Amino acid sequence: MIKELGKYALIFWVLVLLQVLVLNNVQLSGYINPYLYVLFILLLPFETPRYLVLLLAFVLGLSVDLFSNTPGIHSSASVFMAFLRPFVIDLISAREVMDKAVSPRISQMGFGWFFRYSLILIICHHIFLFYIEVFTFSGVLHTLLRSLLSSAFSIILVVISQFIVFRN
Amino acid sequence: MRNLIRFLIQNSYFLLFLLLEIISVILIFSYNNYQRVKFLNSSTYIAGSVYELNNSVVNYFQLKNINNELARENAYLRNQLQEQLLSQIGKRETKDTITGQKFVFTTAKVINNSVNKQYNYLTINKGSLHGIKPDMGIINARGIVGVISRVSPHYSVGLSVLNKRWSVSSMIKKNGYYGSLSWNGVDPNTGLLNGIPIHASVSIGDTIVSSGYSAIFPKGIMVGTIKDFSIESGANYYDIEVELSTNFKSINYIDIVENLMQEEIKKLETQNNND
Repeated sequence: MIKELGKYALIFWVLVLLQVLVLNNVQLSGYINPYLYVLFILLLPFETPRYLVLLLAFVLGLSVDLFSNTPGIHSSASVFMAFLRPFVIDLISAREVMDKAVSPRISQMGFGWFFRYSLILIICHHIFLFYIEVFTFSGVLHTLLRSLLSSAFSIILVVISQFIVFRN
Repeated sequence: MRNLIRFLIQNSYFLLFLLLEIISVILIFSYNNYQRVKFLNSSTYIAGSVYELNNSVVNYFQLKNINNELARENAYLRNQLQEQLLSQIGKRETKDTITGQKFVFTTAKVINNSVNKQYNYLTINKGSLHGIKPDMGIINARGIVGVISRVSPHYSVGLSVLNKRWSVSSMIKKNGYYGSLSWNGVDPNTGLLNGIPIHASVSIGDTIVSSGYSAIFPKGIMVGTIKDFSIESGANYYDIEVELSTNFKSINYIDIVENLMQEEIKKLETQNNND
């Protein structure tokens, strides 16, 4: 249990630092920006109490905000994503699979499940994030395009990370 | 009462969600009131030192670029020195008393910078201990960079030109018509100049410089050149696209400009507003 806690604390800080030091500086054609830090919320075990997921998402978002001068923007988006997480899990999984699974990994849930799971949650997170950042409905389509392209980029990174780092 | 408690328990998940979202939204909105959320920005000590450490590693790989930038800055300064020496011969006294503005420059290093957001900021490795105060201008050898918004003892944070919350008063060098330059949030190399009346003559390639009216920057600091312009039917002003001279994707060393007369000017102008 303690070992698990330590592991998740490590994932938390590695993702926050990776986000603010490396990924925030990645610019494809100027404004497409991957947000890999949400991987932390995706990876939390199924049995994590729902309120704890919300609180952790809030702290996660706030840490990213602290480094990027955007108080409230990332925290609101990741809390939104954490709120949707249990509903998305219910929506896409069969009950018998859920009974023996421990945490959302490709090894336990299969590639198709994991891909759908991260696709839905990341798109929700990115759309929420980009609209709250712009905070206007002028240029709706431009913002939508930005959020979808960035989502695609983030999803690719999430899937690659599953094959490289979280293999077992 | 019991029903209320039961309601709260049954919906505790949703209510917690709502509470956290409300806190976030309060943070977003209170950010507009400068200084209020002091503990949540990259001028804080923790974020500042993480960025400084990262910068010292990343800088090593950029030494070549930094060298080029410094060489360019040297050339620029040498040119300026020449101009200043020339202008000082014979009319040193009058120049100072006419403009009445005195500027002090402090060199500092940018340790964090972004160009891909709607509101872009720079973090700078000098703070109030080095005499940096909010509302000082930031320039580099290529032109205008931004303005300081918050300071901590060792670090400060500035809004860059690529920030939709800020615009800079600038003018066309050849005829002196002035307007405000802002950013449209799309292309980090392009700004928009508004407020140039349509009777002014404008052509592609004209130089845009700072006007000096905002008391933040000295007059005549390079802003960019006109890339394209158009007039919407019925409008009295041009829509001018400006190719910014500063390359915001590679900013390393900057000069912070202090206008020693800024407070005096501001005080006088606020009195004006009260009339």
